Amino acid sequence: MANKESTVRTLTVAVLVCLVCSVFVAGAAVALKPTQAENRLLDKQRSILAIAGLGQPGMSGKEVQALFAERIQARVVDLEQGTFSDAHDATTFDPLKAAKDPQTSQALPASEDIASIKRREHHSTVYMVENDGELQTLILPVRGYGLWSTLHGFIAVKGDLNTVVGFGFYQHGETPGLGGEVDNPKWKGLWTGKTLFDEDGELAVEIIKGSVDPQSPKAEHQVDGLAGATLTSKGVNNLLHFWLGENGFGPLLANLKKGEA
Amino acid sequence: MSQPTIKSVLLDPIVHNNPIGLQILGICSALAVTSNLKTALVMSIALTLVTGFSNLFISMIRSQIPSSIRMIVQMVIIASLVIVVDQILKAYAYSLSKQLSVFVGLIITNCIVMGRAEAFAMQNPPMLSFFDGIGNGLGYSAMLIVLGVVRELFGAGKLLGYTILPTVNDGGWYQPNGMLLLPPSAFFLIGLIIWALRSWKPQQKEAPAFRMAPQVSDKEAY
Repeated sequence: MANKESTVRTLTVAVLVCLVCSVFVAGAAVALKPTQAENRLLDKQRSILAIAGLGQPGMSGKEVQALFAERIQARVVDLEQGTFSDAHDATTFDPLKAAKDPQTSQALPASEDIASIKRREHHSTVYMVENDGELQTLILPVRGYGLWSTLHGFIAVKGDLNTVVGFGFYQHGETPGLGGEVDNPKWKGLWTGKTLFDEDGELAVEIIKGSVDPQSPKAEHQVDGLAGATLTSKGVNNLLHFWLGENGFGPLLANLKKGEA
Repeated sequence: MSQPTIKSVLLDPIVHNNPIGLQILGICSALAVTSNLKTALVMSIALTLVTGFSNLFISMIRSQIPSSIRMIVQMVIIASLVIVVDQILKAYAYSLSKQLSVFVGLIITNCIVMGRAEAFAMQNPPMLSFFDGIGNGLGYSAMLIVLGVVRELFGAGKLLGYTILPTVNDGGWYQPNGMLLLPPSAFFLIGLIIWALRSWKPQQKEAPAFRMAPQVSDKEAY
């Protein structure tokens, strides 16, 4: 037997260990992928329902799927035109994937890219709750860069397209306890009832540093910033302004208000 | 210490040689994941399995590992196991894996896993090493569970999410101690537990690392 400490032997052991381990890890990852994808979808549906104020926390997976199928309608939107589109099937279309493909997305110039997402997809998926054909809640996907990570979330507005029903993120990597407080139910609760646009129709919602003065005329548009998470708060503010603005869902909201989407 | 047996390696680390209480390893994650019992339990199970299996595999190939790269080989094995555990959690306990976030990944750097691999599995046969890993995992788990119970019960008035002590905010009588939900409280609790352990078993006390010399000069400082 060759000397255990020889160079050749050392290399052989290293390569073999790496090979065996990588096969093991890759095998596990591939085998578990379908279950994980299912979980992610379920988590997204759960968060859409929670933000739209439907169902209770702690629903089982089956209940979530059933309620989602019953109440929520997904529609593909052409962001440029601000109209509903049939270019993709809403149940299978993945806007995040589309945003990476130059065919289905466009690069944003730095001056307009306030949410730091680099590319914006041509089409996105919005979710709606309807009551007797009347739009009750509109749920828009938003995303943007905070301090460390891209935050992915939804904002739900009432049928008047102005009053916030709920706002929250289902995926982010901000510091737990600081920026991670975007998940804090108390903070998310602050958003309910705020209005996005002022009387002139200008986008007015904003996150301010410190606490909102309830006497201020702007109080209905303002939300407290997160203590110790200035950059995350700024990122959330920017991503809201991006997605509710001209390059995001602005055209859609304008058309819906006129009733021509 | 006499020849280790499966029983001794499995049960000793729980009280006599607790990895957190005596060896003072794995403190970081013990602070982070014990604010409620559920995450503490999941972390305990994950760490126990990783320590057990990493010890088993490392011990199986211990006579083949060249000493110059033994640490890296151990790391590769531990890291693979942790990734697999993380993948399994993502598939079968998604919301918990979101709560545990980075801490599952950080099992890789948990000193207990590496420490047992280096100190035990490199010298002992596979089965014995496996049970040593499981035993140390159980020792860690015991400490985590105690911390999780105390912190969740007195910090939030709940256990595993069920209300035990109705809090004032929910119309009950119990005024919860919010500090217990913050990581530093686990520090105090671990300190108290170590104190209790060492009063009960004085042989765990360490000899002081140095003694203060009497002052011989008349000057206070130089």
